[in-house]
Amino acid sequence: MVQARTTRGRWLAAVCLVSVASLVLTGCVQSQRGRHPAAGRGGGTLTFGLEGQPKVFDPFYAADGPTFVVTHQLFNNLVTFKPGTTELTGELASGYEISPDGLSYTFHLRKGVTFTDGTGFDATTVCKNFARWYGQTGAGQAEAVSQYWVDNVGGFSDGKMPSLYSSCAVQDPSTAIVRVSRTSSQFLELLAEAPFAIQSPTAMDAGHANDVRRQGGSFTFPPYSSTPVGTGPFKLFRDDVTNKTIELVRNDGYWGDKAKLDKLVFKVIGDETVRKQELQSGGIDGYDLPSPADWAPLETDGYQVLKRPAFDLLYLGLGQKNNPALRELKVRQAIAYAINRRQLVKTQLPEGALVATQFQPSSVDGYANDVRAYDYDPVKARQLLAEAGKPNLTVNFYWPSEVTRPYMPSPHDIYTAITNDLRAAGITVNAVTRPWNGGYLAALDQGSADLFLLGWFGDIPVTANWSGQFFGDPDNRFGTGNSPWGQQLANMLRRADADPDPARRTSDYQDINRKIMAEYLPGVPLAHSPPAIVFKKNVTGFVPSPMTSSEESYGPVSVS
Amino acid sequence: MLRYTLRRLGQMTLVLLALSLLIFVWLHALPGGPVSALLGERATPEAARTLTSQLGLDQPLYVQYVRFLLSALSGNFGASIGVQPGIPVTQVFLERFPATVELTVCAITLAVAVGIPLGYVAARRRGGLLDTLSIIGSLISVAIPVFFLAFLLKYVFAVKLGVLPNSGRQDAIDATRVTGFFVLDGILTQEWDAVLNSLEHLVLPAIALAAVPFSVIFRITRAAVLDVQDENYVRTAESKGLTGAVISRRHVLRNAMLPVATTIGLQAGALLAGAVLTERVFNFPGIGDALALGFQQRDYPLLELLILVAAVVYMAINLVVDLSYGMIDPRVRAG
Amino acid sequence: MVITTRKKRVDELARADMETSLVAGAWRRLRRIPVFFVGVTIMAGFVLVALSAPWLAPHDPTAALLLDQVSKARNTIPAPQPGYPLGGDDQGRDLLSRLLIGSRQTLLVGVLATLIGFAGGLVLGTVAGALASWVDTVIMRVVDAMLSIPSLLLAVSIAALFAHPSQLTVILAVAVVQIPIFARLLRGSMLAQRVSDHVLAAQALGVRPSAVVFRHMLPNALSPVIVLATIVLATSIIDAAALSFLGLGNPDDTVPEWGQMLARAQDVFDTHPELAFWPASCIIVVALGFTLCGESLRDALDPKNRR
Repeated sequence: MVQARTTRGRWLAAVCLVSVASLVLTGCVQSQRGRHPAAGRGGGTLTFGLEGQPKVFDPFYAADGPTFVVTHQLFNNLVTFKPGTTELTGELASGYEISPDGLSYTFHLRKGVTFTDGTGFDATTVCKNFARWYGQTGAGQAEAVSQYWVDNVGGFSDGKMPSLYSSCAVQDPSTAIVRVSRTSSQFLELLAEAPFAIQSPTAMDAGHANDVRRQGGSFTFPPYSSTPVGTGPFKLFRDDVTNKTIELVRNDGYWGDKAKLDKLVFKVIGDETVRKQELQSGGIDGYDLPSPADWAPLETDGYQVLKRPAFDLLYLGLGQKNNPALRELKVRQAIAYAINRRQLVKTQLPEGALVATQFQPSSVDGYANDVRAYDYDPVKARQLLAEAGKPNLTVNFYWPSEVTRPYMPSPHDIYTAITNDLRAAGITVNAVTRPWNGGYLAALDQGSADLFLLGWFGDIPVTANWSGQFFGDPDNRFGTGNSPWGQQLANMLRRADADPDPARRTSDYQDINRKIMAEYLPGVPLAHSPPAIVFKKNVTGFVPSPMTSSEESYGPVSVS
Repeated sequence: MLRYTLRRLGQMTLVLLALSLLIFVWLHALPGGPVSALLGERATPEAARTLTSQLGLDQPLYVQYVRFLLSALSGNFGASIGVQPGIPVTQVFLERFPATVELTVCAITLAVAVGIPLGYVAARRRGGLLDTLSIIGSLISVAIPVFFLAFLLKYVFAVKLGVLPNSGRQDAIDATRVTGFFVLDGILTQEWDAVLNSLEHLVLPAIALAAVPFSVIFRITRAAVLDVQDENYVRTAESKGLTGAVISRRHVLRNAMLPVATTIGLQAGALLAGAVLTERVFNFPGIGDALALGFQQRDYPLLELLILVAAVVYMAINLVVDLSYGMIDPRVRAG
Repeated sequence: MVITTRKKRVDELARADMETSLVAGAWRRLRRIPVFFVGVTIMAGFVLVALSAPWLAPHDPTAALLLDQVSKARNTIPAPQPGYPLGGDDQGRDLLSRLLIGSRQTLLVGVLATLIGFAGGLVLGTVAGALASWVDTVIMRVVDAMLSIPSLLLAVSIAALFAHPSQLTVILAVAVVQIPIFARLLRGSMLAQRVSDHVLAAQALGVRPSAVVFRHMLPNALSPVIVLATIVLATSIIDAAALSFLGLGNPDDTVPEWGQMLARAQDVFDTHPELAFWPASCIIVVALGFTLCGESLRDALDPKNRR
């Protein structure tokens, strides 16, 4: 019994200790609820299901969709796209002019705009932003860090690589003049992209915004990257990584129409099915990119499924590096004729998807109505193969697993449909499948694929952002450099991009598109699919943009 | 005891060192890599090459390993590449660890709280209805794939009945964060709705995760109690006329606990593996979720750290279990 | 001459020891465990179905026979109908045929993973247990290191290692995880055998070491391994399903496998739970069958129960 009593005594002591400890601890931590001023003014909260964790809140260092969805609410750009269109308009610049030689851009800036930290916005802040982008050093210049700048503008102030940007001058507090080193069709549109949002110079200095460091095989970002300061309709309240939520509150000092919501919460939910279930159980008010199969059921259940105009492209790449047979135009054309694209779009792609006739959608400047069409014709395909001396063509066909893209809802189904068509035309197809990040993209970079499925969603409605990205460098995934016209095509694209006269540029691009489809055919454009976004019935004011979520503002959105 | 502990710790260090090399080679042998994960369809072959050299991934593997090891020894495991790029992986780990601890502690508590009493009662009434039913239950909970059970629970209780939340750790109820353990935070700040909300989010994942350990603990307890109750000292105690309760507590349970303690320890690894599946189904932002994402995006530094930590935790728990033998069974203390 | 006869006698002793005290005794006890027969029935049924699946399946499991009843836009799949008792899957293929044919791959995954795991464990465990020396230490450290990684993570890392995920990579990934478990068990029982009477006797009589290992130690060390194997077979099937769920399974679904079918069905779980329900039930029942067998065998072979 003695033994039993001591055991019980030990237990009692432990229980006492725990209760005392918790009593002591409980008073000493203060609840921090309700410390932000915008809470509870009747505007309500909207919770949106985001498909991934934003990588970094300094948009200049980002290249991922989730980051841009969030930063688009926090920042403004000099110019932007009119909501719901691909038409350019001023934002922080109320107007702009381009010099006739196309080398100088004059921005007339909006007055009375302040950043959320109180810093005033004027021409000096604009130039400081340009100087910051251009003045990146060390790790800040890395492809993985300043990706948009490196890919679209080029080098930095150290002059190692040529740069499209050349200087920014303050003419007066509300006028900034930006000069570029050569004419470019896309410079103004670039400035509307999320990475080139205008940030507060004071906050950037205080937070050592440029202090990116390389550490082993990765990069670390400075404190500013998690406390961004902009001029947008919302400001960052907190990034609750432990709960995978990002909470934004209204910026009451916003220069334009104030946001209607008190609070905008982004909840990161990686899995599409889980996002749908969260919507149905009321955990979120909306999410992006519902699976096409869910559109009708969601609408039946009373949700709003908003379909954006298609601004993406799915294509079948024809790699010329690995398989010499594909360097022959007739073989490539045979493949194009062999595929029943109309059927593919009808059965495998979402409602509203269109057959692609060229490597860009019709809303992009330079679209040509009269490109050579390749209507389904298996007989002609066989005939072309025979003419090319390749009646027994054998190709490998790469398709990715572990991935779905807005332009490619089910890679496996699309692959199956195309393969059946190709086999019907007498082509032998050997399937190769790799996980998207587990070797698929790497294999395409190495040029080991003969046929491959890939696509693109455009950033901006300029051909340079489409064909320019695909074929602007003859060393590309299609291996166009293996044909004599590869370099030619790259040169044509460069010349068109540099043409300062918009009308001539458009016709140049139309010519290029005609040539690509008739004489080059580096791949077979398959389809444009409209990406959708879904909200509860009581959410109003959202304007879907063809350029999807990175150009969509939650400012006018309200919850009733 | 101290010398034994030190020797075990020494062995652990060696195993860890070997393991770190193994994992490093392993991860870098994975097809694909962070470059394609970072650039996606935007990559041109040239950009991919530039990024590869900027990340130092084109250097010989031993150079990369030595560089990793040296900075790891100084506590710096590098920054995440894909999951939360730029954030030191130790920070990513610390932010996610509490979630997994909360989940696994709930799961193991549930498994123990149901498994041990049920095992004990089943053994004391061997062959009875309760015994048969609980054996069947425990067998089914091993045979059912964890992720299917998780889906099933979510489908029934969250989607169809709507009585429990279906994903995440907490709703956006503006709870104060102190330690990262949401339940504890709620208690500390006396935000009781936050405590309740976090607990609600824990119920379904914890049940799914508890299924396998419950079954094992139940069966081991049952077997151990069956063994012990036939032992001579229990018979002696019975013949001495001690009451059933005293016999149960002091003789049967205490002696039966030894194998049970071992089992609970061994379940730690299984729990972590189960957490990968459960956290994925319930979008629960813990280590398992980070591991799955890390694999998808080939986030080498993060994976390296997480797998090493998993191994450390696993080994540490085993050590603790071995040491706790001494406390439960006085005979072991001598050795 | 005398020595050879003695050797023979030791061999007989060892065999007799195994046969009477293990097999016969175990069988005597097994007959009284009804659960064992349930397990065996399930196991036998599963193997039978798997072997005769091509004749049992009413349709081609890869043919999209009911494709016209599938609509991605309206989210419909073929309902059960005459000739298709379970309806079709989301590609319009007959679900029953897929389940029946799927049993073959599932059996293959379970059996091969167990065999490979066993073979690996056998080599490591026998070498370690038979040659107690630094070899033993090295092997057991490696085994410990492998055991210190949670099994699913180990399987995931191995599965991810292959450029082309396929049924074979799944099998290998699941099998490698089992190697250290088998190795540990085999070594343990080999060690126990090494000091047992008949082995000592054989050694004293100058029987060649290899003969001691293969004729005296190994057969007697095997019985717990057989028990483990039945249980491992069940876990292999479940682990393979988990790999599929994590996207590391066989991406080619023209050769159906239950775990793969289950993992694929998760995407449409809340609209068509039946697509997940059928393969899941099959897995559960089969895993249950093997576990029941293994557990009853373990009880029957447990020396403590030999009273």
